[in-house]
Amino acid sequence: MEKDLYQHPDYYLVDELLTEEHKLIRDTVRAYVKKDISPIIEDYAQKAAFPKQIIKGLGEVGCFGPFVPEQYGGPGLDYISYGIMMQELERGDSGVRSTASVQGSLVMFPIYKYGSEEQKHKYLPKLATGELMGCFGLTEPNHGSNPAGMLSNFKDAGDHVILNGSKMWISNAPFADIAVVWAKDEAGEICGMVLERGMEGFTTPETHGKWSLRASATGELVFDNVKVPKENIFTKVKGLKGPLSCLSSARFGIAWGALGAAMDCYDTALRYAKQRVQFGRPIAGFQLTQKKLAEMITDITKSQLLNWRLGVLRNEDRATPAQISMAKRNSCEIALRISREARQILGGMGITGEFSIMRHMMNLESVVTYEGTHDIHLLITGMDVTGINAFGG
Amino acid sequence: MKILVCISQAPDTTTKIAFTDNNTKFASQGVTYIINPHDEWYALVRALELKESGIATAVHLVTVGKADVEPVIRKALALGGDEAIRIDTDSNEPYVIAMEIAHYAESLGYDLVLCGKESIDYNNGIVGAMLAEFLELNYIGFATKLDIAGNIATVSREIDGGEETDTCKLPLVISCQKGVAEPRIPNMRGIMAARTKPLKVVAAAGIQPLSTIVNFEMPPAKSGVKMIAADNMDELVNLLHTEAKVI
Repeated sequence: MEKDLYQHPDYYLVDELLTEEHKLIRDTVRAYVKKDISPIIEDYAQKAAFPKQIIKGLGEVGCFGPFVPEQYGGPGLDYISYGIMMQELERGDSGVRSTASVQGSLVMFPIYKYGSEEQKHKYLPKLATGELMGCFGLTEPNHGSNPAGMLSNFKDAGDHVILNGSKMWISNAPFADIAVVWAKDEAGEICGMVLERGMEGFTTPETHGKWSLRASATGELVFDNVKVPKENIFTKVKGLKGPLSCLSSARFGIAWGALGAAMDCYDTALRYAKQRVQFGRPIAGFQLTQKKLAEMITDITKSQLLNWRLGVLRNEDRATPAQISMAKRNSCEIALRISREARQILGGMGITGEFSIMRHMMNLESVVTYEGTHDIHLLITGMDVTGINAFGG
Repeated sequence: MKILVCISQAPDTTTKIAFTDNNTKFASQGVTYIINPHDEWYALVRALELKESGIATAVHLVTVGKADVEPVIRKALALGGDEAIRIDTDSNEPYVIAMEIAHYAESLGYDLVLCGKESIDYNNGIVGAMLAEFLELNYIGFATKLDIAGNIATVSREIDGGEETDTCKLPLVISCQKGVAEPRIPNMRGIMAARTKPLKVVAAAGIQPLSTIVNFEMPPAKSGVKMIAADNMDELVNLLHTEAKVI
């Protein structure tokens, strides 16, 4: 793969909206990505393997649950910091960002928000360092966009419950030490609980043959009469708002992350267009190339401002789930478009592993789908502005 | 053992260099600054390693500059320095910088003063030696390896055709280059800790520079590559002689 020469675009001087600490965090994660991710990620994506060795580095830098307070092992950073970290990680690869997103937003967040003190102290410090890795089970084979219809369920059995069902499309599942699982109790209410690898009847078969997020491990969670101790169940939340609050945290990270992938594609295409000579001049000098590049930087700039504002609102605890949906949908949409246009600029070189663009493009097909599809987020915005629910059922 | 590490800021290596005021000043508008890599990657990291291994008890950082250098010194604190001192004056002149640091540090009893071999902007490479002179301490320049045992420093440095290893009693000033340590990346915990670490601002001694910069010039633009047929030796020799003027 080509040497990683990435520099972020900043057409509207958005850096001036960030603190020096935010910029230091960005430089730190960028340095980490250039050192430990960029040199190896293409190889792992090509062979469809997760580079397990990066877990230690991600933990050391502090990419797992950066918003978790110090008393539970996190650094206690704000949400703009979290967003910036996800942007830099996904600039490297969406699969690496997914691993960090799942660990932070979908595992550490619910344990921090809904877990008992014992659960927080037991899991969070080890999750922050990567000593323990987690995954999140919500989506089921027949319930993706409609998680309320989930079939996974548990029954009271004295000091424990008996869990049955299955989950699908679960990032980190094949190697996760713990799983935050959402299932219905006997009254049909959705509850969250922590499962540990090794519990009898709990298996995590890997999903093979993906053309996307190939450097990330995806799998299923299968529960066959799993005995889950009652102290593993979250007591502070019931209903769909539990998992949806986790998704809000993760979608916030995706909004920043997908923009990172877009910025990498733009940066690569701009550099290539200035160097690649056809008909006696750099292809950057042709109007059709400039149209692509101009539209890319316009989309990126608008998204930078949208994300920054969302970060401010989230820091003030004022960001609504619908606002987060808009940002997630927007970033994925512009990132996919930019990756395709960037690929065009690179011509044949764009399809090779010498450059990151095709990998980003394939990854983004997952990112635009998971944590709420493109269409579902559109309906969330539609419902928010009209007050009318246009979902099925 | 107390260590003082000299930190300077330098333009990011991707900066497009330009000058103002009749080519007498560097155009700093919009420039992103970083810790001078020789200061960060080698001097600071080795100092931190010495502290982590229990040999040093404190790592202090000193920089000469106005308030705009504070982001850089905060990063150095995030990497692990215990406290930082900013001497409140702006100068790029090695004499002023060395004299100001010496003036600040002379009565503070540092056992080891480390700096990078040079800054990557002005490339003078003489602050360390000047500082040693002003502090009346021994100096070893361009170290590639540094170990401390008791009050003896063992320092390796490159010489023509080989390597020289010196031993010297502390206190001592050493300028560091590649080999002394491996670059480190800060972490979020360090960045958070840096928020509350002391960053003292001290008034400058008012040292006046001994030199002034007359003007800067950009290096000539690189010429394009001229392809010559592999069997056309005459043309190659002719061009090397008449155009490149190397033979």
